[in-house]
Amino acid sequence: MNDTTRATQWIGQSVERLEDPPLVTGRGRFAGDINFSRQLHMRIVRSNHAHGKILSIDTSAAKAVLGVVAVWTAADITDIGPIDFREGPIEKLAPYRQPVLATDKVRYVGDPVAAVFAEDPYVAEDAADLVTMEIEELPPLLDARDAPGEFSPGKDTEATVLYQGYGDVEAVFRDAPHIVELKLTSGRHSGVPLECRGALGRYDASRDQLELHGAAKVPHRNKELIARMLNRPPSSVNCFESHVGGGFGIRGEIYPEDILVCAAALKLERPVKWIEDRREHLIAANHSRNQHHHIRAACNDDGEILAIDDVIHHDNGAYVRTHATRVAMMTCGVLPGPYRVPGAYRAVCHFRLTNKTPAATYRAPGRFETTFVRERLVDAIAHQLNLDPIAVRKRNAVTVDEMPFKRPLEALGEEIHFDSGDYHKLLDQVLEYVEWDKLNADLAARRANGEMVGVGLVMFVEKAGLGPVDGVRIQVDTSGIVEVITGGASIGQGFETVMAQVAAETLGTDYKKMRVIHGQTDRIEHGIGAHASRATVMTASATREAALLVRAKALDVAAELLQAPVDTLDIVDGEVVRRDRPGGPSISLGKIAAALSNTSKTLGGRDPGLSADGYFHVEHQVYPYGNHLAVVKVDPDTGGVQVLRYVIGYDIGRAINPMLVKGQISGGFAQGLGGALLEEFTYNERGDPLAVTFADYLLPSLRETPDVEIILTQDYPSPLNPLGIKGAGESGINGVGGAIASAIDNAIGIPGAVTELPVTPQRLKAILDARLKGRIHG
Amino acid sequence: MVPATMKPAPFHYHAPRTVAEAVTLLAQVAPEDGRVLAGGQSLVPTMAFRLARPRHLVDINGIDELKRLVVEDGRLCIGAGVRHAAFHRPVVPGPLGQLLSEVVRHIAHHPIRTRGTFCGSIAHADPASEWCAVAAALDAEMVAISTRGTRVIPAVDFFQGIMTTALADDELLAEVRLPTLRAGVRVGFAEFNRRAGDFAVAMAVAIYGVQDGVIAESRLAVGGAEASPRRIDAAEYALRGGAPTRNTFELAAELVARALDPLEDNQNTAGYRRDVARAMVRRALEQAEQKAGA
Ligand SMILES: Cc1cc2nc3c(=O)[nH]c(=O)nc-3n(C[C@H](O)[C@H](O)[C@H](O)COP(=O)(O)OP(=O)(O)OC[C@H]3O[C@@H](n4cnc5c(N)ncnc54)[C@H](O)[C@@H]3O)c2cc1C
Repeated sequence: MNDTTRATQWIGQSVERLEDPPLVTGRGRFAGDINFSRQLHMRIVRSNHAHGKILSIDTSAAKAVLGVVAVWTAADITDIGPIDFREGPIEKLAPYRQPVLATDKVRYVGDPVAAVFAEDPYVAEDAADLVTMEIEELPPLLDARDAPGEFSPGKDTEATVLYQGYGDVEAVFRDAPHIVELKLTSGRHSGVPLECRGALGRYDASRDQLELHGAAKVPHRNKELIARMLNRPPSSVNCFESHVGGGFGIRGEIYPEDILVCAAALKLERPVKWIEDRREHLIAANHSRNQHHHIRAACNDDGEILAIDDVIHHDNGAYVRTHATRVAMMTCGVLPGPYRVPGAYRAVCHFRLTNKTPAATYRAPGRFETTFVRERLVDAIAHQLNLDPIAVRKRNAVTVDEMPFKRPLEALGEEIHFDSGDYHKLLDQVLEYVEWDKLNADLAARRANGEMVGVGLVMFVEKAGLGPVDGVRIQVDTSGIVEVITGGASIGQGFETVMAQVAAETLGTDYKKMRVIHGQTDRIEHGIGAHASRATVMTASATREAALLVRAKALDVAAELLQAPVDTLDIVDGEVVRRDRPGGPSISLGKIAAALSNTSKTLGGRDPGLSADGYFHVEHQVYPYGNHLAVVKVDPDTGGVQVLRYVIGYDIGRAINPMLVKGQISGGFAQGLGGALLEEFTYNERGDPLAVTFADYLLPSLRETPDVEIILTQDYPSPLNPLGIKGAGESGINGVGGAIASAIDNAIGIPGAVTELPVTPQRLKAILDARLKGRIHG
Repeated sequence: MVPATMKPAPFHYHAPRTVAEAVTLLAQVAPEDGRVLAGGQSLVPTMAFRLARPRHLVDINGIDELKRLVVEDGRLCIGAGVRHAAFHRPVVPGPLGQLLSEVVRHIAHHPIRTRGTFCGSIAHADPASEWCAVAAALDAEMVAISTRGTRVIPAVDFFQGIMTTALADDELLAEVRLPTLRAGVRVGFAEFNRRAGDFAVAMAVAIYGVQDGVIAESRLAVGGAEASPRRIDAAEYALRGGAPTRNTFELAAELVARALDPLEDNQNTAGYRRDVARAMVRRALEQAEQKAGA
């Protein structure tokens, strides 16, 4: 099925990004840059209480402010239900959905309670300050390990319990020679795009069209959801994506604010603009990652993992948002990673609500967490059984002979089938690259000299290319410019460039003579968007299908016009030429497009236009894989950790644009570093969020982020798509928590020391102090 | 028409051209929560979050007489218009200029340093302000002016707690004066923060002279650990007469740790802050020694 061997002009080349010229010349158009005449501005009044009963809300003072047009509370929008799940109704979880404006209770600091609409954004903000509410405080629930409380009468805060597994866990554990057990926590952090969220609702009564501008990630899915929630025909709703200053999974979901600008545009009959500020972003946009794992492994003497039993407490914050239980379910399914675990497996996830910002997907959802947990477990097995950690990994990792490898667990609703790959080979490549033995000897020598330095390594399997189908329409205009109309989305990852490369390669044109359309629901009917590292796998494959059809049509017409057999023709640089007569007659794609116009004599019985729709279907996701290796230095006086070196090995199957892949990996790494060492949404005992500015929510800066050494291999193109693509978006972040945790253990000489992310200096110092005490007393 | 608005809560803006005008304005608006606007690098962010809601701002950026940075009578006089970035290169020859140019690199990030002012940091009195620690170490003098007159406040009296100083609401901190240090005096500075440019968990300023192989004079101040930076007498005393070696430094560091009553917050226990302060004192002392040897 692959055509990866042919020499290529564009695919595989690190060509410049088509997206950059407007962005680097200040001509970008982000949500904040969009304005409509007569627009109103919305400001949300948010709860300052983590948990409480709403006794009353007084909006009279706000309404009296000059320039205020309306102030809404839940009472004003009783016709709008809670924010629904993207994939449709789920009865069991329905009671836990977030209302657009809080109804009888507030459940986290930041919960929207009222919306002010005014002529000016800051008048709206001034007026929002005047909205007062009487709240009867209720005790907040802040730890998902604590006993569940009442969510609503008859419903407790354990929204559901999820399970994935196979085999007889009890039996394997009963007979196993060794059991290794750990308790681990992944902290609460999230994607923090440079551009905060923004949304503009506009209603065009002349055409009965509702528009949402500032859409991102999944515009087509959101169109359906908005239509459903506002009870409109989907054909009367459209979403428009502009430039997006970072997505990371959290941006582009439907949030209360998106519904409010649409509803207000309809009711107030004026466009409504909302731009989030940073404090709001840090308390209102999805959080992620917060899980507690109590995991056990049953092992043989040689470190073979026979069975895994994991009990997870997943802290989902105050409500169940658009993703429903996706992160938690994924966690249960992908936890075993590259390891065989032949005997039995059980993951039970207590999906619980707390009085914190609701949580959902963030880049590598379920994988950042589980790589940390799984690789901590493997390190613990090695230590407890006195084995080499690399040897334990090799003992357990699926081999190339076992591919494709199926396991009766699921990810995103599909059974997991590892499509291809040689995990051992890539591991060896990485070990060789860093000169593993020498590196360890050097570090040991430095440790002997009193320095706290160490190395850690993890293996992981990624998951990409979520199906089931993607369609692309390609049309060539009479000037020869190729329009590639996709249902994809661009969140800054280089989507346009990649689609242009694939279309240009297939068609035989210049990749710069392309206009790639994404995120415009009025241009193409279907689309799934950009998430789950799917865009290149799915949309590029569909682009190729459409380009093949356009190519065939162009050659068919050219054969007629040039009076030459089709099989002598080729397309070079947008010109159809005769392969057998270089320098002979030729015809441009623009001219062919003209020859296919609906009034052209050449048209004959063909459909008009040099255009075609291409679809690409898949049954299974693809599974790229890799390793992360960290070298760190710990400051024993402060507990501070410095990452001295970071290496990522990754087999991507096929890189359409290696520069963009490396960009994805480096950027992902920086975010992973944040989650491993710096970023954490903390709360005090009253449930007040403590990280509400960039002074407290610590993103890694250039000074904390080392260059990443990337070993990008293309040894195992995926057999599941013609280009062999496997997806790149989440590989850089996946293993960072696990690798750094392992390196810190090694540096301080305490196996299993790190049990919680992020490893703040305060936590690490406490670990070091506890050891000192242990030495003195024990 | 709706009046012009902005992200902060509404306020009145004043832009005096002279100190006299500024203090007259302050006398008028201080009772209505009027405040000085210097570099705006602390005040404006808190206004944007609407945590600070001053009714009036008296912008001193247009006052030329506050831009002076001169040595007079053995004192470096730093006017209220002098930005952090002015110290990137030594402003005076000798140890003082060197110390200030090293310390300034720990304050925030470059763009912030081109706006924020030395005196603004002193007036703001964040416990973890590097300039406040330097001011404490050197017994700086703060020159405060109001319509009621001019007074000079010594550092020990000036810093009164977290973001609390001896300045009255209607007073302008017009200038801060630091004693210059004679050639040969050793200076060191160390701090720990989670990211480059963040406010520190704790910091130490070490200044000492060595005569005949022993420490003859010493100043040792700690910032970030307590509500206000201060010199730690017991440790300074212990340094004097000792050789500038690791043992002496460790003893001083231990005495600092014992003398401190550290701040606690959600991230940092008192014990953690004390440990970090101890380490920073040792490092500042060592650094001073290393530079002297270099
Ligand atoms: C991201 C970031 C990181 C930072 N990191 C650090 C750091 O690591 N260390 C550090 O020390 N600082 C840091 N700062 C603060 C910065 O140094 C400020 O510049 C400084 O604290 C205040 O100086 P300013 O001139 O900007 O004062 P402003 O913000 O203008 O004023 C601050 C306060 O002092 C008052 N004030 C200012 N000048 C006078 C005066 N002459 N007389 C009377 N009152 C006055 C104001 O009324 C106001 O209340 C950081 C700031 C930012 C934004």
